[in-house]
Amino acid sequence: MTAPLLDIRDLRLGVAAGRTVTHPLLKGVSFQIMPGEAYGLVGESGSGKSVTSLAVMGLLKKPLAVSGGEILFKGQNLLSLPKREMRRLRGNRITMIFQEPMTALNPLSTVGRQIAEMFVLHQGKSWDEAHKLAVEALANVRVPNPERRAKNLPHPMSGGLRQRVMIAMALACNPDLLIADEPTTALDVTVQAEVLRLIKELCAARGTAVLFISHDLGVIASICQRVGVMYGGCLVEENETRALFDNPRHDYTRGLLGALPRLGSRSEHGRQRLVDIDSIIADRSKLTETRFIAPRVVEGGQL
Amino acid sequence: MTQPLLQVDDLHVRFPIAGGGLLGTGKRMLHAVNGISFSLAKGECLSIVGESGCGKSTTALSILGLQEPTEGAIRYRGQPLNGPGAPGRMQRAKAVQMVFQDPYASLNPRQSVRTSLAAPLRLHGMTAASEIEGRIEAMLKNVGLTPEQAKRYPHEFSGGQRQRIGIARALILEPEIVVLDEPVSALDVSIRAQIINLLLDLQEKLGLSYIMISHDLSVVEHMSDRVLVMFFGEVVEEGGWRQIFEAPTHPYTRRLIAAIPDPDVALKPVGRQDERAEMPLLAGRRFVSDGRASPDVFTPPAPSELVEIGANHKVRLAMA
Repeated sequence: MTAPLLDIRDLRLGVAAGRTVTHPLLKGVSFQIMPGEAYGLVGESGSGKSVTSLAVMGLLKKPLAVSGGEILFKGQNLLSLPKREMRRLRGNRITMIFQEPMTALNPLSTVGRQIAEMFVLHQGKSWDEAHKLAVEALANVRVPNPERRAKNLPHPMSGGLRQRVMIAMALACNPDLLIADEPTTALDVTVQAEVLRLIKELCAARGTAVLFISHDLGVIASICQRVGVMYGGCLVEENETRALFDNPRHDYTRGLLGALPRLGSRSEHGRQRLVDIDSIIADRSKLTETRFIAPRVVEGGQL
Repeated sequence: MTQPLLQVDDLHVRFPIAGGGLLGTGKRMLHAVNGISFSLAKGECLSIVGESGCGKSTTALSILGLQEPTEGAIRYRGQPLNGPGAPGRMQRAKAVQMVFQDPYASLNPRQSVRTSLAAPLRLHGMTAASEIEGRIEAMLKNVGLTPEQAKRYPHEFSGGQRQRIGIARALILEPEIVVLDEPVSALDVSIRAQIINLLLDLQEKLGLSYIMISHDLSVVEHMSDRVLVMFFGEVVEEGGWRQIFEAPTHPYTRRLIAAIPDPDVALKPVGRQDERAEMPLLAGRRFVSDGRASPDVFTPPAPSELVEIGANHKVRLAMA
């Protein structure tokens, strides 16, 4: 069995007051991502999926702090890495794309320069060379007229184009892991479909593993091989995507799937009600006490 | 045939855009809505779907009287809602109300729920405090909140609860038509299901007619009776929900449906319509647009017509 690329072990974090963590946000989360695998984290707002990704990137801001556990990336614990080392990994081996590309791009610098910066910083290229590579990177994410677009500032671009620029930047250095935090939530459906296809194809071609975070089960299903369902700072269920959808085992997952209006599910006889999670789960506080449901992994990683 | 509740005829909205032309003095017209016609029956849920910039929100604002149409007529129970003879805002408020996408942005943070809900009642001449209190209490119960929550302020509520307040405020004057502008797209999956259920219950209980604006087609399929698909200011396809979702005909409708990330489709790709497939001509006639290239919004669209291809199922084709 190959070693996992990212191995998160019993990660705990919360709001820190002095030396103690007062409000736990992650209560011991463990999962692994294999090289080249697309892993989805799904859950509602506040379930802890975004803080998990920020912890991996080493971008937690005060007062949030990790209080326990390990984040092993290629066997190296990121939590004990010096800041300088972390900076070398971030944007190079581990990269991230965000929900709102406008806030993630520098409004005062051309997109070409922002992408070129990646090559200069992480690969020691000259600016001339880096600019050429940046145009190439834009062409790779299928931006029309890449030479001309490289000279644009972010603001005249549409949301879909900006997100493509973000993807170009994130994949510039052929990272091992791409973290995508709700990258298509702000986009129109047809643009979303194009961006998802792009992420899927480019990452598959480069062997980049993806940690995909979304509240949209449909998006997760179209891109990930395995899914972890988060609730209240815990991973409540994890399975291969197909198996999770066909046979959800945790009450919360079942509720989440039932709450989704699904295409083609409307019957001849009027509109049926959607499942209200709160109606099947009487006490949400008990949810995370139920045991974590994951398929038993035996030799060879099979079910 | 009974009179429709709302009738929209050949609605056009154009916006003058400053700049352009010699010395930046010329005015160009942006064609936002180009000849939309539809009717809404009592108790019906009509959805208008399309992407950003297709004119669906402008259409809704025209119905609400927040955007004066350039051309066309909007009638409510036979009475004109625009142009000369249009009713004032007070009367209009009792006919049509709106639920917004982001309830937090549309609620006054300095007003308690009670103050927010009481204001329209007072404006409409209700003075007795007990009567106002009774209406507010009943409305809060209707939307699944408790009367005690009336004294709280918007920031004290969760997203789903705020949307319930938004719905309560839209319904407090007992309008017949409610325009829902992306009512659930800002909400989490589980909350979304609760709000959808609530909207359907209220529709049944109060006999409401909905005009829902959305780009989330799975929600549209779940809630609507009829669907209008808009593309750059024009209706390109119109039909009952079954026709739109089971026999989508216009290439743009197909593209929209194919783009929905649906778990069932993603996992079992068999039987999915290939959006890239070549569209055959329909009875020897062309579609005006394939829904890919963006038309120029500053020129009027090429002449075309909506052609009936089934019972109440229409699709836009180029002139023969």
